[in-house]
Amino acid sequence: MKRATHPAETGQVGRAVPRLESWLKVTGRAEYVHNLRLPGMLYGKIFRSTVSHGRIKRLDVSAAQAVGGVHRVVVAADLMTVVPDLHFGPAFHDQPMLAIDKVRYVGEPVAVVLASDPHVAEEAAHLIVAEYEPLAAVYDEVEAMTSKAVVHDELKPAGTFPDLKHLKGKKNTNIALDFHLRRGDAAAAMKVAHRVFEHRFRTQQVMHTPLEPLVSVAECTEDTITLHTASQSPSFVRIEIARLLGWPENRVRVRVPFLGGGFGAKLYIKLEALVGVLSLLVKKPVKISLTMEEQFFHITKHATTFRIKSGVDRDGRIVARECEVWWNGGAYADIGPRVTQKSGFTAPGPYEIEHVAVDSYALYTNLPPAGALRGFGIPQLVWAYESHTDMVARELGADPVEFRLKNILRDGRPHATGTIMRDAATDKVLERTAQLLDWKKPFDRGSGSVRRGRGIAVGFKACVAPTTSFALVSVNVDGSVTVYCSTVDMGQGSDTAMAQIAAEVLSVTAESVKVVHSDTDVTPYDMATLGSRSLFHMGNAVKLAAEDARDKVAALKREAGFPQDATLKDVFKKKYGMQAGNVLGQASFVPGYTSPDANGLTDNATPFWMVGATGVEIEVDTETGRVRITRLVNVADVGTPINPKIVETQLSGAAIMQIGFTLTEKMEFDAEGQLRNASLAEYKIPGFHDIPERMTNETVEAEQRSGPFGAKGVGETSTFGVSPAIANAVHDAVGVRITSLPLTPETIFMKLQESK
Amino acid sequence: MRREVRFRLNGEAVSAQVAPHESLVEVLRDAFGLYGARESCGQGLCGCCTVLVDGTAVSGCLYLGILAENAEVKTIEAGTALDAVQEAFIETGAFQCGFCTPGFILMTRQLLDEIPQPDEEQIKHYLSGNLCRCAAYPQIIEAVQLAAIKRRKA
Repeated sequence: MKRATHPAETGQVGRAVPRLESWLKVTGRAEYVHNLRLPGMLYGKIFRSTVSHGRIKRLDVSAAQAVGGVHRVVVAADLMTVVPDLHFGPAFHDQPMLAIDKVRYVGEPVAVVLASDPHVAEEAAHLIVAEYEPLAAVYDEVEAMTSKAVVHDELKPAGTFPDLKHLKGKKNTNIALDFHLRRGDAAAAMKVAHRVFEHRFRTQQVMHTPLEPLVSVAECTEDTITLHTASQSPSFVRIEIARLLGWPENRVRVRVPFLGGGFGAKLYIKLEALVGVLSLLVKKPVKISLTMEEQFFHITKHATTFRIKSGVDRDGRIVARECEVWWNGGAYADIGPRVTQKSGFTAPGPYEIEHVAVDSYALYTNLPPAGALRGFGIPQLVWAYESHTDMVARELGADPVEFRLKNILRDGRPHATGTIMRDAATDKVLERTAQLLDWKKPFDRGSGSVRRGRGIAVGFKACVAPTTSFALVSVNVDGSVTVYCSTVDMGQGSDTAMAQIAAEVLSVTAESVKVVHSDTDVTPYDMATLGSRSLFHMGNAVKLAAEDARDKVAALKREAGFPQDATLKDVFKKKYGMQAGNVLGQASFVPGYTSPDANGLTDNATPFWMVGATGVEIEVDTETGRVRITRLVNVADVGTPINPKIVETQLSGAAIMQIGFTLTEKMEFDAEGQLRNASLAEYKIPGFHDIPERMTNETVEAEQRSGPFGAKGVGETSTFGVSPAIANAVHDAVGVRITSLPLTPETIFMKLQESK
Repeated sequence: MRREVRFRLNGEAVSAQVAPHESLVEVLRDAFGLYGARESCGQGLCGCCTVLVDGTAVSGCLYLGILAENAEVKTIEAGTALDAVQEAFIETGAFQCGFCTPGFILMTRQLLDEIPQPDEEQIKHYLSGNLCRCAAYPQIIEAVQLAAIKRRKA
């Protein structure tokens, strides 16, 4: 049997181990919540708001309730018989499980039909009638700053984040967080700068579209509740459900098998609160499984507006930068305020700039909620600062790569927060990207209606802090190894990576290690699988736990008078009188962190930096405006890779996903806030014909000294530079500058006509 | 409303009570406990629900269960050992979350039956009806090419 535990001296880390779950995935046997059916289970179908902001005047569920086979139609008042306060959320307790009195965006859940046949539930949901008194609505993030239309009557921060406390009880505002960073005096430095440049950029609202849409199942007994859920954060779901119910955490069990994609869509708490309370209400298992269309109404990526201004001296050094960023958070904050701060502080980019001012605002609007999406706000920021940096370089007549290298933020130098950069190969990554593109060599610029151009962009991200990971590693008496951790494998290959780390420490083959999937009754606390934090945080915890187990095994052997090469069975037999049992190692990992002061400054902003650059060669058809990517190069600092094959697929996959956000994907809303393209027919994600003709994914030689075996996270790194690299290449090819995503053929064609 | 539908499923003669509105994916799931064909986009655009009916790939989320009457239905669960295509997908790392993988594998088998040595353009064209949000496309191209070699050698 291939799973047999073989001793392996070393070499488990750094090896391209095929994913441990390969067989399950190629035979269709992998477990997803999507598949789960429990005896007696009811299916819930959500009835949704058709207006973007309004008071519920009338809600008539009688026709739906009368449909044969309907178990029950549930509205907010019914849920309140179980839980008095229906509001949940990671940063603000602002989102009701079902709308109470008011709706705040089109698509907001208003009622749920429960039936044992999902078709019956769906049919009945169509028969619910709601009437609304329309209220003034706001959709644009910049307008939301001063708009008379206010999304929430009063702000309700969750209390977990110190920088949100001052917002408690605030009225007449849509600002869910204002973050400010001041280093030096940017305004004064602008006045004396040789040249000053100012631009404004926008990104559009998009959606994660995991192919397994959001899905949760809840079942309960008298005093326990179990959630089987497609979640990236089982520990958070447990904490939040326990808070909502007023129950101890040990009465709430959250189980997560594989996810059919996550990308940030399945974070914090989504359907879990609703299905949990429904299950308690009707005393039956309840499943809600969204359709692809419905996913657009639950979680999206922030649209943003970013005003950026740079002052440059006579030598071409950036001496001052002002950044003003508005994040369109939609009707409920989700994790938006954290995006605003944790990513906001990197808005000036990976450049050494003496005078910096950042103002970053999380805004409520009457659109579907926005949260985390692969990059946690970074791709929106890099889009602006790397388009801007390119524009500045070209205005100055400087080579865009030379200009960047002159200003790049190098190791040992202070970032805008004051944190000294460590293990961030920004210069190496940029240089290698330029080298792979043969940047200094002549370039074929095309002819006739097909013009060729190339562009480059570099970005960085600070890993979110402070967060905790806890792991258990069991060495069973037969020598086989089991890892218990709450990191969720949503496709990024964490099971395999954790197995490799434990295997390296315990001298067994990675293939023989079993990684137990998240189950909060079994696997210990982990903050969440997000922001490329797991390999670093959980990787360190697993490594330490494996070392703990290894040391305990060694001590046991010594104490029992055995040599170190003795089998555990013999040791157990002598010590305990039987060949059964296990040795358990445990560890937690919490890296250091210093909260920013009132000026946004800190000497320890993050446990590690992710750095990625992208270079592209493209063709623009000037008759259609269509862009074709003929070459794409990603170079990343991932520290020392644990599994080079998985690193490569992560880099390649993330960049292709970002191509979708750059060229085709956009949620289109009409003037009333109605989403017009909530389906894969009209919202186009990348397919085979959208991938670059040639693609290179490389990592630079680097080491994250604080990471497990020198490694750090990789899941988001290649998203950073893709959008601005393409826009920079479009400018290089045809001389037009697009400042708003996506770069559709129409946009480029219209710009070309204007420039004629 | 329900009526008995008889067909061959992964080589075995079977029957199920099927309602007129039920899709083939629902029948496979509810009557036979087969979960490899998955409804995702619900519009026949993503290929996650791919099932072979009489040797032709169909979108199982749109294909009505009753139409399977007397047909030869094959799903990813067919067979006991991994075939060349499955092996190639593993060796090239041609999947991440795995949700779309059964659809890609079934389509690749059909592709290689029709065109034993496809070039890159033929692969892209043939598989363009399958979507992978993790975007393992470059690795899938490698997997198809490797599978073609494995089949030739076999």
